[in-house]
Amino acid sequence: MKRLKPINQKASRIEAFLKHEAATANDDLDVVGLRTPPHEESGPHFPLGCSLQFSPGWEVDNRGGTAGLCQPVERDIFDCHISCFWPAHVPDQLNHSPDWTGKCAAAQKDWRKLDLIFP
Amino acid sequence: MTTSMVTNASGRTSADSFVALRDFHAFEAFGARFLYMVPSAGIFRMDDCGSAILDALEAGPLSKNDLTEKLQESFDLDRTLETLEELNEIRAIGRPDAPKEEAPNDLPPADFPLNTMVLNVTNKCNLACTYCYEYGEDKIIDTQYGKQPKFMSEDTAEESVEFLLKQSGTQPRAHLTFFGGETLLNFPVLQKTVAYARRRAAEERKTISFSLTTNATLLKPEIIQWLADNDIGVTVSIDGPKPVQDGLRVFHNGRGTYDVVLPKIKELIATHRSRPIGARVTLTQKHLNILEIYRHLTDELGFREVGLAPVTTQDHRDYAITPESKDSMLEQFKELAAEWLEHALRDEHHGFTNVTDTIEEIHKGVSKAYGCGAGLGLLGVATDGDVSLCHRFAGSPEHTIGTVSDGVDRKKQEQFLVDHHIAEKTDCHKCWARPICSGGCYHEAHVQYGDSSHANLHYCTWVRSWTHTCLEIYGALAERNPKFLERYDA
Repeated sequence: MKRLKPINQKASRIEAFLKHEAATANDDLDVVGLRTPPHEESGPHFPLGCSLQFSPGWEVDNRGGTAGLCQPVERDIFDCHISCFWPAHVPDQLNHSPDWTGKCAAAQKDWRKLDLIFP
Repeated sequence: MTTSMVTNASGRTSADSFVALRDFHAFEAFGARFLYMVPSAGIFRMDDCGSAILDALEAGPLSKNDLTEKLQESFDLDRTLETLEELNEIRAIGRPDAPKEEAPNDLPPADFPLNTMVLNVTNKCNLACTYCYEYGEDKIIDTQYGKQPKFMSEDTAEESVEFLLKQSGTQPRAHLTFFGGETLLNFPVLQKTVAYARRRAAEERKTISFSLTTNATLLKPEIIQWLADNDIGVTVSIDGPKPVQDGLRVFHNGRGTYDVVLPKIKELIATHRSRPIGARVTLTQKHLNILEIYRHLTDELGFREVGLAPVTTQDHRDYAITPESKDSMLEQFKELAAEWLEHALRDEHHGFTNVTDTIEEIHKGVSKAYGCGAGLGLLGVATDGDVSLCHRFAGSPEHTIGTVSDGVDRKKQEQFLVDHHIAEKTDCHKCWARPICSGGCYHEAHVQYGDSSHANLHYCTWVRSWTHTCLEIYGALAERNPKFLERYDA
């Protein structure tokens, strides 16, 4: 921290946390898929994705395997909306946000470019 | 953090985004500005640019462009942007629609270790203090004719020690406090319990420490020697100089206690040198000359530490402190606090423990889910072995959560922890002092509102003002004598 100075112990912990966040910001492991084993050195593993819940059809991908399970969770919105029956809350692409998917050519690669929309 | 384009409802896009102030409490010391972050309780010192940004946002949210434009005469753009980024990271500023930060609504783990057990070795007392919460008008337990025996038996005390050692889990240390009634009325059991606890703790490879609270009337040379030899921490309940002490702290026949306790306390302080002897003062409407009380107890009697607490009672009692008197009490607390700071700046000890305790919490940055450790890391045991939230509730069926022989009823304990969590105290959610106050004492709330989970709203203004004072002291030390604060590092 260059401009603000942490004074008490909690502030130092916040600074250390922010430093750690910044150092790992570009790691490919910032979002962990269901099939990825827990990353013990960086804390507990919270798996994200639909198949955590038992709902027929969602323990496997659309080919009956596990390779294409919805993951990471950020991709779910998009994938649910494009390729699955499940309705998902996505921006209105007809009227207000026609360019929402403009930068997301391939969801698996570009999902980070999908942004939130504020009215 | 995403910094991409934002689209609004009308389809217009703008590369700029708005920022607004978030939840914190600002305070100053020696001209420097600090932020006490809520709810994290981290404290950050602002530089000129940080202060200017906060001032500019005081009137309401601004777009980043407008903000940097406003500051461009005083600070170069890089510096402003860097400071903005850091303020955003510590969550002092953020998007105007950013959700309010709340501490996680998590319950502590079920095997949370017991750290301190308060053993009510007797509920009998040789005094009849008017304001007593055990025998006075606000008592919640029938101490006179209730089901609890007057004295704790040796067996129950030993069972309690076993309970403490077991419940302390993997913690290497445990602490046992003896309480009453008047603790020394059951001195034989006290002595045996200390010996037993020491032996059993050694067998379990734990260290155990002891303390007790007494009204000092029953101190004798051999008892004082035993307390010193056994390294027992002693707190004396005493209210001040003779007219103050004799006003409400009286024997059953109404006679004042000052002349009886004076020589005993002097002997205790002279003999027991291994641990500082503390005085615990109950403040009432009858005597609120706090400075006089403090000086008497430290300068004339020789107490090393003095802690003062307003009486717990309902508003209509004649000794209940009125709102006006609370203001005067606060002013006097502030005067003593300023004195504490002067001492700390010179690396000297000052005995006003109300400041010491708060500074320690501020230094660590505690952000509490509960007002205190009662029902969790601290439990009280009644004379029959019933386990309650704390010593003030010992024997109250409503607040009993187990027995030393059968252990804690985890369901009851969990319900208590759910009901008393800060997340349930909606009154507190807008208050910046909630990390350190968390709604306050359960017993105080029970007496005032008939509900231990109620936030102590009658003390809100007081707590905020006092916390602000302690934050200023902390800031002053951080500016002028930061080394002093290292003593609170552990």
